[in-house]
Amino acid sequence: MHFAVLQFPASNCDQDAVHAVRVLGHTAACVWHKETSLGGADAVIVPGGFSYGDYLRTGAIARFSPVMQAVQTFAAAGGLVIGICNGFQILCEAGLLPGALIRNRSLQFRCEYVFLKTATTNSPFTHRIPPDQWLRLPIAHGEGCYFADEATLASLRAHDQILWQYCSAGGEITDGANPNGSLLNIAGVCNEARNVAGLMPHPERACEPILGSDDGRLVFASMIAALENRRPAAAA
Amino acid sequence: MKAKIVITPKKAVLDPQGKTVQNALAYLGYQGVSAVHVGKYLEVELTGTDAAAARQALDEACHRFLSNPVIEDYRLEIVE
Repeated sequence: MHFAVLQFPASNCDQDAVHAVRVLGHTAACVWHKETSLGGADAVIVPGGFSYGDYLRTGAIARFSPVMQAVQTFAAAGGLVIGICNGFQILCEAGLLPGALIRNRSLQFRCEYVFLKTATTNSPFTHRIPPDQWLRLPIAHGEGCYFADEATLASLRAHDQILWQYCSAGGEITDGANPNGSLLNIAGVCNEARNVAGLMPHPERACEPILGSDDGRLVFASMIAALENRRPAAAA
Repeated sequence: MKAKIVITPKKAVLDPQGKTVQNALAYLGYQGVSAVHVGKYLEVELTGTDAAAARQALDEACHRFLSNPVIEDYRLEIVE
């Protein structure tokens, strides 16, 4: 499978994402934000960083980049898109995901490991994750507090769109395990069509044991397996 | 002609900056403050003279780009 990893001015997790895909035995290439094509990729990663210096709001300017028009078309056709950290913020600003990410409750930039409970395995991003395994992944963000209004939260729950929630080492969803004040401890969501997802933690920084955790592999392995399952159907 | 745009967090949105500033005001002895909301102020300098057209265009820009309607409200004023 081939992944397109978007590159905006001040993206800084793009090479990590490319490396993670290669570690899993697949190919990835960076796509500059001024491009209008995704180069025939099977999936898209919108990586972390501080695109456009986080000016105005996180992700607010990146979402209007030419490459994001290609991502909109790709997503509308059912293509798999995952946004990580700043990528999650960009996808929310672009309207591809519901809600918004605001300043952490503590007003502090949080850089640490967190535990995630996978709230549903019914998605191309989570179906290979054992439901009883909490993912241990790093976070590094100042604006990761997930916010959506009551109606949106109710809709997210009704359509099983909450993918990951911050939890304790014992798997309990508590306020103490919430690093940023996100509503319902939400760390990641998907769209209603289930082909676009975003999360604040960094699975791409946790794909090899030498990095302290390889739990992030489960996210990309889920996407790859979903794509491989699709391929025969597409060829038929 | 210019546009003055004030963007504030929606009341329902957690505003930790506002809360922290409120606490600091209380610490400094300023009484009677019930809430503080920290937002942004944009001044947009315009070349045209048609205030109504400018308002319409900037209202769209505020909704689409300058503010995020999920978390923010805005006030737009066109002045000479």
